[in-house]
Amino acid sequence: MRFLIKRIALMIPTLIGITIISFAVMKMAPGDPTSLMTDLNPNMNEEAVKRIRAHYGLDQPWHVQYIKWLGNMVALDFGKSFAADNRPVLDKISERIPITILINILSLILIFSVSIPIGVFSAVKQDSLFDRVSSLIVFIGFAVPTFWLALLLMILFGVKLDWLPISGFRSLNYSYLTPLGQILDISKHLVLPIFVSAFGGLAGMSRYMRSNMLEVIRQDYITTARAKGLDERTVIFKHALRNALLPLITILGLSVPGLIGGSVIFETIFAIPGMGQLFYQSVMMRDYPTIMGILVIGAALTLFGNLLADLLYSWADPRIRVSD
Amino acid sequence: MFLNDDFVRRMRRNGMAMAGLGIVVVLFCVAIFANQLSPYPPSHIDTTNILAPPTWSHPLGTDVLGRDVLSRMIHGAGVSLSVGFVAVGISTLIGMILGAVSGYYGGLMDRIVMRFVDVMLCFPSFFLILAVIAFVGPSIWNIMIVIGVTSWMGVARLVRAEFLSIRERDFVQAAISQGARDGRIIFLHILPNALAPVLVAATLGIASAVLIESGLSFLGIGVQPPDPSWGNMLTEGKDNIEIAWWLSVYPGMAILTTVMGYNMLGEGIRDSLDPRLRR
Repeated sequence: MRFLIKRIALMIPTLIGITIISFAVMKMAPGDPTSLMTDLNPNMNEEAVKRIRAHYGLDQPWHVQYIKWLGNMVALDFGKSFAADNRPVLDKISERIPITILINILSLILIFSVSIPIGVFSAVKQDSLFDRVSSLIVFIGFAVPTFWLALLLMILFGVKLDWLPISGFRSLNYSYLTPLGQILDISKHLVLPIFVSAFGGLAGMSRYMRSNMLEVIRQDYITTARAKGLDERTVIFKHALRNALLPLITILGLSVPGLIGGSVIFETIFAIPGMGQLFYQSVMMRDYPTIMGILVIGAALTLFGNLLADLLYSWADPRIRVSD
Repeated sequence: MFLNDDFVRRMRRNGMAMAGLGIVVVLFCVAIFANQLSPYPPSHIDTTNILAPPTWSHPLGTDVLGRDVLSRMIHGAGVSLSVGFVAVGISTLIGMILGAVSGYYGGLMDRIVMRFVDVMLCFPSFFLILAVIAFVGPSIWNIMIVIGVTSWMGVARLVRAEFLSIRERDFVQAAISQGARDGRIIFLHILPNALAPVLVAATLGIASAVLIESGLSFLGIGVQPPDPSWGNMLTEGKDNIEIAWWLSVYPGMAILTTVMGYNMLGEGIRDSLDPRLRR
């Protein structure tokens, strides 16, 4: 419990830093938000522009503006979208977050369930054919642009073979399907996006797992376990694997920003209505309040992911709690 | 310095490093001699040959305006290389300065800089880049700068760690005790010895900058048409995915090869600098 409180207290300066940088990004815009409504309006005179700027507090010094903006952020008030619907930004984001998180969690599961076995077998059979082939694939995997991979898969499975739908989250006739049919429909739409979003992580994680495992296998306690006469299976899966898995928890936390950031690309390509697509649309039409909202929430989610990883680590490895 | 005969000898024997270097050199030549190499001008529109599949006259096909895909890809090489180099130049410079200050002075300075690094790492980098581009507008220069200022954190940590350890070495302590100025110690004594890992990080950084640029251009927020870039060529590929596969396949292969080339070179340099680190 004390560990938890300490960790959360440590997060506060980082959170403040996040808001300062976000605010700085916002201030980078040439002109200010009011120029959208004043520049092309023939009825505007200098007096009116001044009044509008005063109304939005833009005539105040920047630190006063920042404090005010920070207050709104803390109250989760991101303002109203500049888009035609003019809805509160928080509503727009919260209805789209679940899809993004769902896809990211599913792809994390995929990443772990594929890369851990690959990493372990590559390490145990170092320099075998399997190790060489998987290392080569991993090396190529690092260099593949995910959006290109998405295009290739769309051509293969969507256009040539016609097995999977290439865009959207559900079919047009979704509401007429049986509940089972609906689940099937969504899963068919999600196969490619999940694979694409997991791909980058797959390469990195397999490689990381391999080097972890190689390091652990060389430790004295593994030699001891072997010397005791334990069979290789027990040595690898019980003694070595457990220790090699520990650092993966940290990597899990570190991979959150990459996954969330990557959602912009695959959600845009596959036309999935998640937070990434909303962000892309907002960028394209300069919907500043929504951009700022997603930027802050994205960073906060990362921070939360890191906290989760820290807690998980301290639960899995009691040494951390003692030494901290 | 680290670029001694030993290093060169190990590089020569390292097949991966040489292959990577070969790819990079070829890309440079392609970018420099783009006008001589490409069969057509990159923006040459041929309305009688729209979306033609690969043939002898257009080896990689043509796009929606009948422009030659091969010629556009050749001209895209320069874009991708210059973005890679300038962006990494910026990020390496920022990272080295902040890392050096943080590692050399320590204390409060160090805490502030490292907290700044933590904060920057919290932003999904693609979100941050897109947000800044949304505010400052897309152009090739803005992309270079934005990629540079959002990717210096790794270098900063690396340089700081090097400074922390080199600072304690005898020759630095000797310089300090002789009363050498901070600037002299930082630039003359410590920095040259901290450059090796920076070189590796910079080479790998070019690979990731190329990837980011192509992603941004693909989303339409990077290099703007009609200027050709591998990323914005793929956008056309996506728009015509059901009829013209060649628009999607070839530019992606160019990105893949480039990124692999830099990755191979970077890892090769790392292995040659310190063979003990090899895994």
